[in-house]
Amino acid sequence: MTGERAEPPRFLPQPSPVSQPFWEAARRHELVLQRCSGCEAHVFYPRYNCPHCGSRDLEWVKALGRGTVYSYTVARRPTHPAFADRVPYVIAIVELEEGPRMTTNIVDCDPDSVHIDMPVAVTFEDISDEISLVMFRPAAG
Amino acid sequence: MSVRGRAAIVGVGELKPTRYTEGETTLTMLAKAGLLAIEDSGIPFEEIDGLLTQPLPEAPMLAPSTMIEFLGIRANYAEVVDLGGATGAGMVWRAAAAIAAGLCATCLCLTGARREQRPEGRGRMGWGGMRDASPYAEFEVPYGAIGANFGYAQIAMRYMHEYGAKPEQLAKIAVDQRYNACANPDAIFYGQPITIEDVLSSPLIVDPLHMLEIVMPAAGAAAVVVTSAERAKGLANSPAYVLGAGERCTHKAITYAPSLTDSAIKAAADTAFEMAGIGREDIGLASIYDCYTITVLLTLEDAGFCGKGEGGRFVEELDLRYHGDFPVNTHGGQLSFGQAGLAGGMSHVTEAARQVQRRAGERQVKGLEFAYVNGNGGIMSEQASLILGRNP
Repeated sequence: MTGERAEPPRFLPQPSPVSQPFWEAARRHELVLQRCSGCEAHVFYPRYNCPHCGSRDLEWVKALGRGTVYSYTVARRPTHPAFADRVPYVIAIVELEEGPRMTTNIVDCDPDSVHIDMPVAVTFEDISDEISLVMFRPAAG
Repeated sequence: MSVRGRAAIVGVGELKPTRYTEGETTLTMLAKAGLLAIEDSGIPFEEIDGLLTQPLPEAPMLAPSTMIEFLGIRANYAEVVDLGGATGAGMVWRAAAAIAAGLCATCLCLTGARREQRPEGRGRMGWGGMRDASPYAEFEVPYGAIGANFGYAQIAMRYMHEYGAKPEQLAKIAVDQRYNACANPDAIFYGQPITIEDVLSSPLIVDPLHMLEIVMPAAGAAAVVVTSAERAKGLANSPAYVLGAGERCTHKAITYAPSLTDSAIKAAADTAFEMAGIGREDIGLASIYDCYTITVLLTLEDAGFCGKGEGGRFVEELDLRYHGDFPVNTHGGQLSFGQAGLAGGMSHVTEAARQVQRRAGERQVKGLEFAYVNGNGGIMSEQASLILGRNP
């Protein structure tokens, strides 16, 4: 790596055939989920079969991109050296309006302002030419 | 099939945890603990005909045969058990089940970890992480959800939101366990008592967990010998019979846990108590996985020793010390004994066995008949509960 300072390595997701549509959508700054045609549950992360009913009949749907903070923590020290320049940062589990929970970061706010049940909206961080991570920020209003 | 009373722990072997090892291999450390356990049992080496090992960093495949060959055992039953912190407890009932099914008569169970001092900032991935190419690497790791601190912190946050335990109540768990460790010369924090104030003034690592509420990684090893109830009679140590066992696993990453505050421990404990045919009030020692103080609180609730949301008051009002009215983790727990990889989880088994065999020395729980053990893997992922007792 060249440049004025060595960037710490970020962990790049390696899309699989099952998850490829999710990452392609994220690159377009769209959040998509799988939805089970059998039991109508939404599914995250991308699977081969519905983890609720076992059905193989999953289709991709656009998500609302809204949710609430189910739980969170503020990393006062890095959870890995690669994240040293980001402390303090918020690791959270967001519960999407569609139901599934996902691990993410809450960004664009003071870490100490984050709280459980806080409404959040999706945002994206481009971390490579192919990958945009799905993150959340406080919902407007 | 019930394993109740079919097998017993008759030997334990444990290496005193240390901060680091130099040039040690996992194989040698497991062998050291294994031979101590066999010698402790009084059963001749040649009689060992079953072997359960944890995964070996030196041998990503074929771990059982690697250990069998290294030790020189001829085994009729050999498995690798890969349940994280639940590995030790999970091994004991698997050994008992194999013995009850006639697959083997005497089974050696091995856990342990070496730990090399590394240059700053290297080798700190903990379990999983970089070499993991599962969905965990794709959907958790990129957000810094690495190791276990962040996960238990979120459990504690959610617990406090739903039930409102006080920081002082969580801290008392660490304080009482440290008191116990001060009666255990093998504990890594032997001779270093702490106060609630010490815990709450130690650095906040991940909100709301303080440094003294977080387990310290160490090197070490722990092994047990499990044999049939028939073979267990007349040996040097009185048997610690396996009376009940239960297991439950629902997720790997904490994100997909059905709940952050109601764990799979309930199912594992209910199965174990039903098999043993005893009640919670019969338990004289809770030897329960304690990677963090919040883990102990959740385990006491979900295993049924108090109601949901009552854990804070329970630990505040009861004396968790070895001479107290509800002894918990009399060896100090991993928080004060040290977490030598998967031997940390096994330390709850070795301590419960020693206590049930009534040879725990200064920290012996008086008149102990039954002990409850829980192993917890990953981030509240794998749960394995055991009931050990003095009679089959």
